[in-house]
Amino acid sequence: MIVLADSIVSLRHVDKWYGGNHVVKDMNLEIRSGEFLTLLGPSGCGKTTTLRMIAGFEDATAGIIEVQGQRVEEKEPYQRDVNTVFQNYSLFPHMTVYDNVAYGPTIKKWPKAQIKEQVTKMLELVQMAGYEKRKPDALSGGQKQRVAIARALINNPRVLLLDEPLGALDLKLRKQMQIELKRLQRKLGITFVYVTHDQEEAMTMSDRIAVMKDGVILQIDAPLEIYDHPNCRFVADFIGESNVIEGTVVSAEGSLLSVETDGGLVRTRGEGFAVGERICISVRPEYLAVSAAPVEGFTMRGRVKDFIYMGTVIKTSLDLPGGQEVKFSRFEPDPTLREGDERFIYWPENKSVPIHLTGEVSS
Amino acid sequence: MTAPKKRRNPLPAIAQAGPVSVWMVLFVTVPMLFIIYISFMSRGTFGGVEYTPTLTSYETLADVTYFAVILKSLQVAVVTTAVCLLLGYPFAYYIARKSADVASRLIMLLMIPLWTNSLMRLNAWMLLFQTNGPVNKALLALGIVQSPVKFIYTDALVLLGLITNFLPFAVLPMYSSIEKLQKAMLEASADLGATPATTFRKVTLPLTFPGIFSAIILTFIPALGTYTITDMLGGGKVLYIGNIIKNQFGTIRNWPLGAALSVLLLLITALLIFLYSRFAKIEDMEVL
Repeated sequence: MIVLADSIVSLRHVDKWYGGNHVVKDMNLEIRSGEFLTLLGPSGCGKTTTLRMIAGFEDATAGIIEVQGQRVEEKEPYQRDVNTVFQNYSLFPHMTVYDNVAYGPTIKKWPKAQIKEQVTKMLELVQMAGYEKRKPDALSGGQKQRVAIARALINNPRVLLLDEPLGALDLKLRKQMQIELKRLQRKLGITFVYVTHDQEEAMTMSDRIAVMKDGVILQIDAPLEIYDHPNCRFVADFIGESNVIEGTVVSAEGSLLSVETDGGLVRTRGEGFAVGERICISVRPEYLAVSAAPVEGFTMRGRVKDFIYMGTVIKTSLDLPGGQEVKFSRFEPDPTLREGDERFIYWPENKSVPIHLTGEVSS
Repeated sequence: MTAPKKRRNPLPAIAQAGPVSVWMVLFVTVPMLFIIYISFMSRGTFGGVEYTPTLTSYETLADVTYFAVILKSLQVAVVTTAVCLLLGYPFAYYIARKSADVASRLIMLLMIPLWTNSLMRLNAWMLLFQTNGPVNKALLALGIVQSPVKFIYTDALVLLGLITNFLPFAVLPMYSSIEKLQKAMLEASADLGATPATTFRKVTLPLTFPGIFSAIILTFIPALGTYTITDMLGGGKVLYIGNIIKNQFGTIRNWPLGAALSVLLLLITALLIFLYSRFAKIEDMEVL
């Protein structure tokens, strides 16, 4: 195992069992200092459990967890140099905004003047100055979350853990908070470990995304890299929208693969695929294209089913002969297309990703 | 900035509150006013009330004997309440942290004695603690004591009776408060560096305070006024306010004095509720 020099949190061979449920499986994760890392996955994939093990609310059944090179598995949450922003804010309802933010410093017995100065500074940072005397009950969801962030940040944590902090907010506010959080993280240079099931949120904010499923990290990489080169079918499906088409490799010339699908012959590029192997191909809707005349290497055809106007883009869906539906999206409508038209389907070979059906690609 | 208040038609409110108000006035306010009224009247020669105003009853209350009884009753009520809180809080906490079905079973266990007739319960205590009852026999057999201990008609047994009687009333409101306390609050506190003891002091206790105060009210006020428990287990030898009130209305037939004592109890109760309303919003009060 390579231990990165700038790693601030590392998990090595971490397992978590709940009774007979293996929720986190032999996890290895190195979180770099100052990065915004997102644990992304559907509910029940073990992302929150992973975060809670770093915070100390859950004990790892096996494995090593280090924060700043110090093993923390035996430490209680109050002994760990990390802070958490909870999904339901968890502000203390019997305290004012000021007392909530001052909670950590008060316990650590900072001098009064310093506490006052820092609370003021933090509330300004999250744009909540002037709300000091309010009780949490008198705040909106977004305001509560800002206070919760200030309450965590005032402790100068090396790592801030965020457990679906925007989950309870409405869409518009969520988008605004995403950008604010990202800016805040850049400004402060603190490592953020963020848990979400919203892939769009992950794409917007993260430096790196760890896609999880069934207690395992399937792929960990920069958002664009994951988007352009998903290493397995699940990641291709989960991140953004994708057309996933199954077929059999019929020829491989260098990296150029020709694949026989139910709908006809298509092409893609990839290393390490053998003739005769069943694979699937992931093509993003922005790269899928149609043409009235056949394109070299492609014989797949589809019938235009419908057009969906999404605001900025128009999605056109087509039925393949096998019954599968594929979609492409464009900023402008194609005036030559009508419902029921038959078209040849193709894509730039290097904009499609071949994926082994059995096992994962090592990237 | 508040919006100007709209003038509302009061009629619907009156119509809704009407029947309940009438009921309350007839069966609560009127009797209570009558008690207050009587307390300022004279005692009839052969019992009953003579309607000539006097302050005699209240002057009697100032007498040292009564003052001692009141003080003693307050003492016992305070001790009962304190013990109920100290025993009840950990128990309530324990139940609240159990799963729903385990919790409901434990509450059931707590409630069963409450459903038993109180006289039967008290008689059971008497039988247990008799001079040749099971407790004394066990103590003798184990060689802990040489001769039977006298339990019956002592302050200690009265206290035991009061505590066992009022414990469920203390546990239930506190359970209800603790159960509402989210685990995430405790986690947030630990996350911010608080040890479990600090978390208890700064988060758990303040957030469950409404339950604690309800427990105080539901224990202290009845414990102050009770007379069956003190009468039976105390054998009438130790006097408490409740017994005196009962005696004044009963055998002694000095109704004005009994009424004056009742008014005193009312005042203490009102004072407690006033204090509560200063501390917490009344709707937070946990009354089951």
